[in-house]
Amino acid sequence: MFDFSIVIQSVITGLMNGAVYALVALGLTLVFGVLHIINFAHGSLLMIAMYGVFFAHQILGIDPYLTIPAMMALMFAAGYLLQRFVIVEAGGGRDSNVLLITLGAALVIENLALYLWAADTRQLQLSYTLSVIDVGFALLPITRVIASAAACVIFAALWLLIERTNFGRAMRAVAKEPMGARVVGINVDRIYALTMGVGAASLGAAGALMLPIFYVTPQVGSVFALLAFTIVVLGGMGSTTGALVGGFVIGVIESLGSLFLGESLGQIGVFALFIAILVLRPRGLFGARV
Amino acid sequence: MAWIVAIVAALALVPELVSSNYVLGLLIVILFSAFLGQSWSILGGMCGQFSLGHASFFGIGLYVSFILQVNFGLSAWLALVAAIVAGAVIGLSIGFISFRYGLRGSYFALVTLAFAEVFRVIASALDITGGGTGRNLPTRVGLEHLQFSTKAGYFYFVLALFAVVQIVTWWIARGRLGARFLAIREDEDAAAALSVNVLQHKLIAIGISGAIAGCGGFFYGQYYYYVDPAIAFGPLQSVEILLAAIIGGMGTLFGPVLGAVVLRMAGELTQSVTGSAPGINLVLYGIVVIAIVRYMPNGVLGGFGALARRIPRRRRAAHAKAEAV
Amino acid sequence: MLKAEGLTKRFGGLIAVNEASLSIAPGEIAALIGPNGAGKTTLFAMVAGFLEPDGGRVSFMGHDITGQPPHRISALGLVRTFQVVKPFGRLSVLENIAVGAYARLAGRKEAHAYAREVGRSVGLGKELDKVALALTVAGRKRLELARALATRPKLLLLDEVLAGLTPTEVDDIVPIIRKIREGGVTILLIEHVMQAVMRLSERTYVINSGRIIAEGSPHEVIRNPAVIEAYLGPGAALTAQQFAGEARP
Repeated sequence: MFDFSIVIQSVITGLMNGAVYALVALGLTLVFGVLHIINFAHGSLLMIAMYGVFFAHQILGIDPYLTIPAMMALMFAAGYLLQRFVIVEAGGGRDSNVLLITLGAALVIENLALYLWAADTRQLQLSYTLSVIDVGFALLPITRVIASAAACVIFAALWLLIERTNFGRAMRAVAKEPMGARVVGINVDRIYALTMGVGAASLGAAGALMLPIFYVTPQVGSVFALLAFTIVVLGGMGSTTGALVGGFVIGVIESLGSLFLGESLGQIGVFALFIAILVLRPRGLFGARV
Repeated sequence: MAWIVAIVAALALVPELVSSNYVLGLLIVILFSAFLGQSWSILGGMCGQFSLGHASFFGIGLYVSFILQVNFGLSAWLALVAAIVAGAVIGLSIGFISFRYGLRGSYFALVTLAFAEVFRVIASALDITGGGTGRNLPTRVGLEHLQFSTKAGYFYFVLALFAVVQIVTWWIARGRLGARFLAIREDEDAAAALSVNVLQHKLIAIGISGAIAGCGGFFYGQYYYYVDPAIAFGPLQSVEILLAAIIGGMGTLFGPVLGAVVLRMAGELTQSVTGSAPGINLVLYGIVVIAIVRYMPNGVLGGFGALARRIPRRRRAAHAKAEAV
Repeated sequence: MLKAEGLTKRFGGLIAVNEASLSIAPGEIAALIGPNGAGKTTLFAMVAGFLEPDGGRVSFMGHDITGQPPHRISALGLVRTFQVVKPFGRLSVLENIAVGAYARLAGRKEAHAYAREVGRSVGLGKELDKVALALTVAGRKRLELARALATRPKLLLLDEVLAGLTPTEVDDIVPIIRKIREGGVTILLIEHVMQAVMRLSERTYVINSGRIIAEGSPHEVIRNPAVIEAYLGPGAALTAQQFAGEARP
């Protein structure tokens, strides 16, 4: 016996979460689309962003949402540097090498965080953390509303960047045909680094939006990273539309899974879907043929 | 082969000469690490399929061993066999699902990651696995229970396991099976064109790898007497398993040994310098992995290092670039 | 020995191979030639099991091998090489060839011994211990050949094994290919290097835009107007005739 309104609430929460998840997934799918690598350090970058926002509030008293521009800039730099000086230097192009390097980077970042800030769960207590908007059939926490709205806006902005600017065009060229892009004079290595920067920047924004809703620990990154991977695989590696659609779908599935199977078992729904997609339709909904 | 015998024989003398529990304990951990690393290496180093969720096989062996011994009163020796079989079965299952559908490279790595997480979540939710709190193994010392009262006993146990795995790996590496694994690693299509049944061989590799890891799970239980979902299936477990192989030189016979030594010694060193602060030794490991990939892509042992020296760096990079494009 | 009937392959809207048929007799050296993009490698890929045909059948020594996986076809004795060579980069030349030898031999000693022999027969005798990545282009082509040879094939599909070689290097390899045939192996080559095709092949198939447009001895085939037009463009056949007419005093 369940109350239909609880299900509705769950779906709406899922959709709101989904918008933010989509933003997290966007970075991952962008990096895969252009650099053709799966960045295993994606989750740890998100975690760093969240800690950044946390300390900005604790130490500098800045409201998380106001940190977004700064966080995006800082994370952009981090991503750029990671690609330019770690991945490229050590990678040498081999796919297996890059896998190991991003894994190594993830280890370093996650455990540095563990060492510096311990495993304690930290949460922000803001004046509006518990405020909700009552729309009759559901309760919408203010933090989630802001997060999903902002996520959609930022997502749209990044979409415009990719589709309408010269930089975006260069990114798409490199994604499709790196050799050809080089031939026409595009600095492919710089595009790689810039793309990684953009991917990390979206994490900067996502981190600021997520902290008020969730919490931060050194492991928080991997939790959301797995969600991001599932979204990217569902939506199609390299597809921005896929990241958005996938985000909403996974957000709802996660939410409903939690509702019906409980907090921990609910996660299985997402994993099972992940494995199923990889096995049955690796290119996802909108991706190119694998 | 002669090297294996020599090393094992030399090690067998250690408990006679050393009575320090600390040293014996360290050696046990090193040999165990090498054992698990070798299991990863067969699939990852030789056959080229990088698994980021090797804990799946390890954890299944560990839980199966506990459940059979405690809930069903089976003897430890039978539990050992069961753990090996369980590891192999899970290996073949995950392998079949992944390889049958052509998953390679990072995609395969992701699937193994996902499976390990699934197992972890399931293990936290079931009663028979003790849920989140885990299970204990009752102390019943004796060879028939494969539990020992002295560190020396465990040392010989793990040494025996280590010796067996080294011999198995050596045998695989020198013969047709190993040659085919390497071929698959280097170029699957070319291998198929030379009559190598790629799917079948990948399954063989993951089956053997899983069996060994399952056995490792059994040993862990007998030595530490405790299991919980994080120990069995956690990402930390998967990472530690592959670190030994990668650092030491995957695909080589003694790479995992060297890697295990480096890993554990580094761990001890950082612990003595920074105290028991969590995480710092993994930071070190992460840096080491990156450094290894950059400077010694074939591990400390540089199994192919000697060969790598014959290729001018530029040509290697050009070849890699050509491959990537 | 090999019979392909009506093989067709579509990639989306593009028909890469269109009802192609060919037939190779045992002990022959046959060639498949045609302009770039004509569908030669696609045809090979279908025959060797790397691509599933959308239509048509392939039979080898009387068995229908259409759609079979490559390792099974290769085990039957039909072995292909790759246009873009695929060496087992980090293995030594000997180890590379040994993988081929292991197709028929189970033991390490035998496989390595045979691999050594095959390596010497293609001229890689001095480089057996080198890492495959260290070989030159010509060396890699020989390695590709040696590896396939070590499987003791009955029919070899050589995909542009002479591409990228200097004329001297081509002159070195042609006798090796002949010797392979003398050893009892049937050969079907894809080639662009015309001098080699003229010297080696007994029967030549010409493919253009996915269709087989001519078949016959190399001399017959290069005089075929359809073939000339395939390479030089429409109207070229007539022009060629005119030039030929003018050149004679």
